Amino acid sequence: MTVSTFTANSAANTVKDKTESKKGMVYNTKDLNLWYGETHALKNINLEIQENDVTAIIGPSGCGKSTYIKTLNRMVELTPIVKISGDIQYREKSIFDKNFKVEDLRTHVGMVFQKPNPFPKSIYENVVYGPKIHGIRDKKVLDQIVEKSLRGAAIWDEVKDRLHENAYGLSGGQQQRLCIARCLAIEPDVILMDEPTSALDPISTLKVEELVQELKKDFSIIIVTHNMQQAARISDKTAFFLNGEVIEYADTDVIFSNPTDKRTEDYITGRFG
Amino acid sequence: MKHIDTKLVEKKMGSRLTTNTVAKNVFLAATLFGLLVLVILIYRVVADSIGWIDFEFLTNKLSTDPEKAGIMGAISGTLWLMVVVAPVTMILGVGTAIYLEEYAKKGRLQAFIQTNISNLAGVPSIVFGILGLTVFARALGLGNIVLAGGLTMSLLVLPVVVVASQEAIRAVPQFLREASYGMGATKWQTIKNVVLPAALPGILTGVILALSRAIGETAPLVVLGIPALLIPLPDGIFDKFTVMPMQIYYWTLDSALVAEYANLAAGTIVILLLVLFIMNSIAVLIRNKFQRRF
Repeated sequence: MTVSTFTANSAANTVKDKTESKKGMVYNTKDLNLWYGETHALKNINLEIQENDVTAIIGPSGCGKSTYIKTLNRMVELTPIVKISGDIQYREKSIFDKNFKVEDLRTHVGMVFQKPNPFPKSIYENVVYGPKIHGIRDKKVLDQIVEKSLRGAAIWDEVKDRLHENAYGLSGGQQQRLCIARCLAIEPDVILMDEPTSALDPISTLKVEELVQELKKDFSIIIVTHNMQQAARISDKTAFFLNGEVIEYADTDVIFSNPTDKRTEDYITGRFG
Repeated sequence: MKHIDTKLVEKKMGSRLTTNTVAKNVFLAATLFGLLVLVILIYRVVADSIGWIDFEFLTNKLSTDPEKAGIMGAISGTLWLMVVVAPVTMILGVGTAIYLEEYAKKGRLQAFIQTNISNLAGVPSIVFGILGLTVFARALGLGNIVLAGGLTMSLLVLPVVVVASQEAIRAVPQFLREASYGMGATKWQTIKNVVLPAALPGILTGVILALSRAIGETAPLVVLGIPALLIPLPDGIFDKFTVMPMQIYYWTLDSALVAEYANLAAGTIVILLLVLFIMNSIAVLIRNKFQRRF
């Protein structure tokens, strides 16, 4: 199928054969420090993120969790005053390497944002935006991508009869799933989710959570969440951030049942944050 | 102890309310004054032009005989002028706005350019006329043709387009850009596919307002030596031309010689005002239709 050929080609130079090691590492963060001007926002972060896991990042407001996830696809650098030291490797290649273009990185690493942010275009145009950016013009292929991506984001049945209507007519929850579909359309390797349910009602939240469980079969997911129950429900591993540091990083069961650090325990039991 | 003395409040209530009413009427009068002057102006112009505006007035060429004189030359000159001004200001103005908003690093250079664009907007139009005369008419040897006039006018209205486009681009929410970058789009792809379509209504509004200013401007063309008494119609951007405000200016001057010229000037003013009114209405319509979609 044309769609998968496209991914294989574009990913060839950066992604090593996925089947070689069953659970490889997608991201390896080494001694990462980040400053916004004078503010030291991330301090000596060391994290290894496994493929096909859902990795949750939790912590109180201002702890650096959003900053960290935005560093993984270098979106954080859109803020001009950011300074970074240390390294992040994606599939054993430094994301800060001059030869590794951010556009290439972001084709492998999709992102879903806090607030649903569809384009003021039709549902169809939203989904094909990424593929078109990467040069796919064939109408038939685009049609296939639209159906596959919308099905993948569990929204196909709700929108299949109104693909050419404006995406702004959808509810907030539908918009967020459309944004996930739009992200799937670039066939990423990793999906970054920055508090994807914080602007949604409980039912829409549940749908997105179920979707995340479905997506982890094919993608590695890193999700920032403000909601500890959500992290406990959907993630395999959890990292607890506090004041720009990783306090604890372990299997989600361990973090929530038997945390090592007193501060983790205080946070998950609701004593602060 | 209470701070508010009820008796004192009651005693002063009347004068407080009177002051309030006076204030309201002062501000109303200020507003009405401007409107009143406008109404008088329009009334006089329309009264003078009654009986003079007809189909032949619009389609006839210039003539020394007031009965036969028409403003076809001025209308076609204005149209040809727009043929130069519209694309030039669009390309230069929107290009500058894109550079300043999307590419330029926020710093001293950017602030310097920004300040100068604002300053440029305040430069008197006659200065632009002298610039056009020096550069386009003389140095480039174009003379007083449409192209020279159009380029001069383009410079004059450029700041309007730049500032309006900048505002429109700035109003495009950051989260739309992030969505595009997040899928691996380059800056130019993001600008072309997301920023410009979203900013287009604002940009168009700015361009239309700029064009309507260019249509009404006279001083730079006087400096360029644009003739008013021109009988052949311009056929392209390399021909000599005249425009409506120039026509008004010379007919008003010559009304001392031929009284009917005053009526012709009034007729031209009505047509010019009508054109400007329509253009500004379109700009307002576009702005209202596409306002706050996000």
